[in-house]
Amino acid sequence: MLIGVTREATSGETRVSATPETVGRLTALGYDVLVESGAGTAADFADDAYVAAGAAVGTTDQAWGADVVFTVNAPTGEQLDALKAGATLVGLLSPGLRPDLVEQLASRPITALAMDAVPRISRAQSLDVLSSMANIAGYRAVIEAAHAFGRFFTGQVTAAGKVPPATVLVAGAGVAGLAAIGCAQSLGAIVLATDPRPEVADQVRSLGGEYLPVESADVEVSATGYAKEMSEDYNARAAALYARQCPKVDIIVTTALIPGRPAPRLITAEMVASMRPGSVIVDMAAQQGGNVEGTVPGEVIATGNQVTIIGYTDLAGRLPAQASQLYGTNLVNLMKLLTPGKDGQLVLDLDDVVQRGIAVVHDGEKTWPPPPVQVSVAPAAGPPVKVEPKQPPKPKRPERLFPVVALGAVLLFLITAFSPNELLTHFFVFALAIVIGYYVIGHVHHALHTPLLSVTNAISGIIVVGALLQIGHHDTTISVLSFVAILVASINVFGGFTVTRRMLRMFTRS
Amino acid sequence: MTATTAAQAAYIVAALLFIFSLAGLSKHETAKAGVVYGIGGMVIALGATIGLATQSIVATGIALLFGAMAIGAIVGAIMAVRVEMTGMPELIAMLHSFVGLAAVLVGWSGYYEVEAKGGHPAEYAGGLLRIHHAELFIGVFIGAVTFTGSIVAYLKLSAKIKSNPMMLPAHNWLNLGALVAFVGLTVAFVVKPNLALLIAVTAVALALGWHLVASIGGGDMPVVISMLNSYSGWAAAASGFLLNNDLLIVTGALVGSSGAYLSYIMCKGMNRSFISVIAGGFGNEGAISQDKEYGEHREITATECAELLRDAASVIITPGYGMAVAQAQYPVAELTKRLRERGIEVRFGIHPVAGRLPGHMNVLLAEAKVPYDIVLEMDEINDDFPATDVVLVIGANDTVNPAAIEEPNSPIAGMPVLHVWEAKHVVIFKRSMATGYAGVQNPLFFRENSAMLFGDAKARVEDILTAL
Repeated sequence: MLIGVTREATSGETRVSATPETVGRLTALGYDVLVESGAGTAADFADDAYVAAGAAVGTTDQAWGADVVFTVNAPTGEQLDALKAGATLVGLLSPGLRPDLVEQLASRPITALAMDAVPRISRAQSLDVLSSMANIAGYRAVIEAAHAFGRFFTGQVTAAGKVPPATVLVAGAGVAGLAAIGCAQSLGAIVLATDPRPEVADQVRSLGGEYLPVESADVEVSATGYAKEMSEDYNARAAALYARQCPKVDIIVTTALIPGRPAPRLITAEMVASMRPGSVIVDMAAQQGGNVEGTVPGEVIATGNQVTIIGYTDLAGRLPAQASQLYGTNLVNLMKLLTPGKDGQLVLDLDDVVQRGIAVVHDGEKTWPPPPVQVSVAPAAGPPVKVEPKQPPKPKRPERLFPVVALGAVLLFLITAFSPNELLTHFFVFALAIVIGYYVIGHVHHALHTPLLSVTNAISGIIVVGALLQIGHHDTTISVLSFVAILVASINVFGGFTVTRRMLRMFTRS
Repeated sequence: MTATTAAQAAYIVAALLFIFSLAGLSKHETAKAGVVYGIGGMVIALGATIGLATQSIVATGIALLFGAMAIGAIVGAIMAVRVEMTGMPELIAMLHSFVGLAAVLVGWSGYYEVEAKGGHPAEYAGGLLRIHHAELFIGVFIGAVTFTGSIVAYLKLSAKIKSNPMMLPAHNWLNLGALVAFVGLTVAFVVKPNLALLIAVTAVALALGWHLVASIGGGDMPVVISMLNSYSGWAAAASGFLLNNDLLIVTGALVGSSGAYLSYIMCKGMNRSFISVIAGGFGNEGAISQDKEYGEHREITATECAELLRDAASVIITPGYGMAVAQAQYPVAELTKRLRERGIEVRFGIHPVAGRLPGHMNVLLAEAKVPYDIVLEMDEINDDFPATDVVLVIGANDTVNPAAIEEPNSPIAGMPVLHVWEAKHVVIFKRSMATGYAGVQNPLFFRENSAMLFGDAKARVEDILTAL
């Protein structure tokens, strides 16, 4: 089958869906590849390089008329008309955001695969374009910030004085956020990061960042692997956190995106105003409305207090060769999946969750949206276990104990009331001593359990008192019994105290 | 002031001193003072009692009294000085048995003093005589249960008998039957006291004590020990009722309730109900069903482990009973010292039921001069594992088993455990791949960040010291 690699018509798009390297791998799968003339120019891949890798170079119509058509961006109506019947279109189609496009695709006898709809399961990671683009974008966001920031990132002590390191706050520790953390860290900055999902804290730390938790009961465990909208309580606490951090940090990179919804507003105009002059904000969610109040998509603006807000929407495209290489590789991995026989024949298996997930239209039939795929992004511990022990112990309602206490009180009352006088004082003492015993032990330090045991043991040797009072009243049996009782109880008393003292002498503080 | 009022006054002072003693022992800072209070209370109580007793008894009685005390004191002191810290659980179990035995003997003496003489003594007017019968019976019963229970605990702890739970058919019914028999015998004795009934109740109680502890496994020993401690207190309190002695009642109740509360803390540490531990039989149910395949474990040498430690910034050591068995606390302390000298943060994470005695590990580490402020409780340290480079699991198994939280069907499911697997590297010191006390396989051994260091814990730790 023939794969057509098209030149992007969208203005400003620098990426291309195949590089000379990936062309070689596609041909190895048994495909013929035809690259539209000039497709790789913006990414510095010359036509000759494609030819050298084994591809043919052709016209726009030839590329769009192939059996399998690779694009980066969603095609226009005109381009769609150029597709032949039975063709397969592969690209970033954003089916969730563009129902009109889905309808247009479905009205043609074609198959359309959306590379930005890959389910987030481990097996599909090699096809996940969103991850590979987010990785590039996160890196570039920091580079853009460094470019706009008038100072070093790394702290230095020079002959001309001391330079403090820059502090970078990354909002959202997804793929883009983690890439930004890693990049800022390697440039020498102090990196802070926030995210509603507490399980990413380790990932943040592994890249050298410091995780700032939002103190909230509303912990997120996402089933789809993407962020979801948070509760009002959480948002209020998060806002307080950002308000605290804004005056202290030099760079903010925001990456918060919720699929299919406008980006959450994390940084308000007041917070921006509270930042130091010269600070830089990179709003990676600018396309979806921005996480920062005042972001202009695609523009760099300066606020009244000299804070630069960068709203580029093409951060990944600003590294065209890198982005094309990763996207091209994602496509090669897709074709590997779709070409089980390595014979250049594309086979779509809709029973496979990955292939089902990206199929928007299959032979002219609309197959969007796919059934949801449960993704476990949470660590192996599993969500229910993770949450349960963390909950603060439920305060036991004291009312519940009332009936028990009442019953006990009545029983005690009855026993005592029907007892002879002589027993009353004993009961009194007994009951009070039980309560005292309980409270006295209440907060014993765990390390002292053994000494405590041996002391109580020594003390319970007090039973010797009973035997002492019985011995020696002219009755041989009693005397013998008491003698043995005194003997063993004395072992207890002396042994218990001695061993306790021995133990306690060993406990030392460093 | 008569001799009796003087003795009563001394008893009140002694009782208060005992309370101070227990209160003092709940903190490191006041623990030593607590023991002094306890000894003071005991001296006052014994002095007052001996003073009271010598007023009415014959010279041979006085000689016997001091003779018995002297022998007891010498034997007790020798035992206490000689005992190894690893043998502490056995010693404490044995001491409990003495209290139980003394309670039985005091009860029997009481029988010969009052009931055996027949008639109706003047000081037990009205219903008091019957109450005396009942008190005697209860005291003997609790004492006998404590006695045999402690002996079985001692035998199990010193490995003289197998520590597996003994599973007689319908063991719960046997226990219940013994209790019913006790109630029946008590009623019969109150109606018409005689020696046969007393012998019968002693026999039933001895058998019950034996069976109760025999059917509890070695892993639950911390609970058993503190439970027996509690029983010995109740036995003393029962004797106090029998002898109309408030000091015995107070002290017994103090020990009884504090021991019961300590057992409760232990049970919470294992996430088990108190009743189910006492009723016994834990640990052999899930043992067979665990044939799940976890994959391959990885081995590590002492030299590699030393390298891991050298590169680490923070290390946590989680010891278990195996450390006590191998007597590895000294090399472990030396390792701790060496690592700390290199600027590596070393801490200990102690599971509440590690070892065979509440606080067992703390005592062993203290013996080896590990400072107590780096020895932390499970709850204090559990959140720190993700930030830790190396965890050394020395002779612990069930207390670090991730199955407790990840496998709802596991017999130890729900038991709080040390989250060692969250650290970057885990090195497990173990003799073999055998299962731990609960008989449950430990998936920790098969994790990617885990490595096994086989052999005797003491020898292996010494190897690491050499390699460092």
